[in-house]
Amino acid sequence: MNRPSITKYKTPVHISEYPVGPCYQAGHLVTENAGWRTEKPILDKEKCTGCFYCYLCCPEGVIFKLDGKIEIDYSFCKGCGICARVCKSEAIVMIREAKDGADGC
Amino acid sequence: MISAYPITPQTTVVERLSEMVEDGSLKSEFMHVESEHSALSACMGASSIGARTFTATSSQGLLYMAECLHYASGGRFPIVMMNANRSLALPWSIYGDQRDSLSLLDCGWIQVYAEDAQESLDMVIQSYAIAENLKVLTPVMLNLDGFALTHTYEVLEVPSSEDVDAFLPPFQTPYKMDLNSPKNMAFSSGPGDNMQFKYQQHKAMLDAIDVIRDVDESFFRLFGRRYGGLVEEYRCDDAEMVLVTLGSITGTCRVVVDELSQEGWKVGLLKIRFMRPFPEKEIMELSRRVMAVGVIDKDISFGYEGTVFTNVNSAIAKARTGILTMNFIAGLGGRDISRQDIRQMFLHLQEGLLGLEKNSMQFINLRVAIDE
Repeated sequence: MNRPSITKYKTPVHISEYPVGPCYQAGHLVTENAGWRTEKPILDKEKCTGCFYCYLCCPEGVIFKLDGKIEIDYSFCKGCGICARVCKSEAIVMIREAKDGADGC
Repeated sequence: MISAYPITPQTTVVERLSEMVEDGSLKSEFMHVESEHSALSACMGASSIGARTFTATSSQGLLYMAECLHYASGGRFPIVMMNANRSLALPWSIYGDQRDSLSLLDCGWIQVYAEDAQESLDMVIQSYAIAENLKVLTPVMLNLDGFALTHTYEVLEVPSSEDVDAFLPPFQTPYKMDLNSPKNMAFSSGPGDNMQFKYQQHKAMLDAIDVIRDVDESFFRLFGRRYGGLVEEYRCDDAEMVLVTLGSITGTCRVVVDELSQEGWKVGLLKIRFMRPFPEKEIMELSRRVMAVGVIDKDISFGYEGTVFTNVNSAIAKARTGILTMNFIAGLGGRDISRQDIRQMFLHLQEGLLGLEKNSMQFINLRVAIDE
């Protein structure tokens, strides 16, 4: 599966290095955008049946299969919790993320 | 793709176009929408997949589009739009002046003003060649004076479809939505990069100056008619006083200039065809040859002066020629500008040169006294 990848941003030094108007190849990502996440989905691989329904419902497209197992790309997951909500096997739970030494409460 | 919402005096244009689409004589989609805002938005959508698009509006409809006008120019969508110049409310009026388009001079569109029916038709064809040039990629607003050009009949040459197709082959652009090369289009940009995109728009508009000339030349080679780029001079060679015009009033001015020339006056006229990009060089050059320039404005920026005058005066100031300039506000709300009115303007210019007229701005034919 194609996964999004970060392209290192090269600061333009000449106007010709800019795209012509606001139009550029899709999927050109220069930063991760998971920074606003407050909760993180955790997958219980024992409970997961691999039905892939979470993949269909994820609005960010961050759920994928690797060697037949479900994985979550935390670089772009915004923590909306839809995957946990829709999982019929209750294999995904949302946990509070601790940040900067905070206790996560 | 054509998308439009009806408004007087644009209505005849889109009615006729919808008939042509219905009877199959024009191969196009015609999209009915609920507003001018949607009409231009639909054009942007179609343009983003590389379609050639057209819309038309007027007056309040143009103002309702204002948000989308900036979107279209910033998105570099080469849309062509006809605007039937009409006054703005209040007091509400359907009759012609140029306050609608001139109040949107800064929306990033190329602005053309046509003098007669033939130029209107020819400039629709030329406008696509200008807008779609990959150095330009800027939408074009083609302005026709409401009623004077939209509701009158003139004999004109209609070029054949084959000739127009030869002049204007299908639009090809790499900047479009494409399944084989997916794009992120019309994206946002923060303070770090945003200004560079604005510079690009400015540069594209300046690059359009040469493209406008080239397109006019190639049009001439195929159709035998040309209009001369950003401006057209009429009898300016030995003129001492020149009137600057925009749109259909140019026709009446030509007649008056002919009459006055026969009477021994050294007068001429400069027809501005493009307000953006602005004919700065041409006006600077003219100001080195003449003694006085008067500007007819069928608009006013309340509290200052006419917008055409502001632009012309700025170019003349850069030439540092120090010649007399005067602004004549006329024809607001559809008032007729007569031959006598235009003679009056030249008379004001002469009185200005003699030091008898001190007001640099005059309302022509106001019909009432304004003495305090």
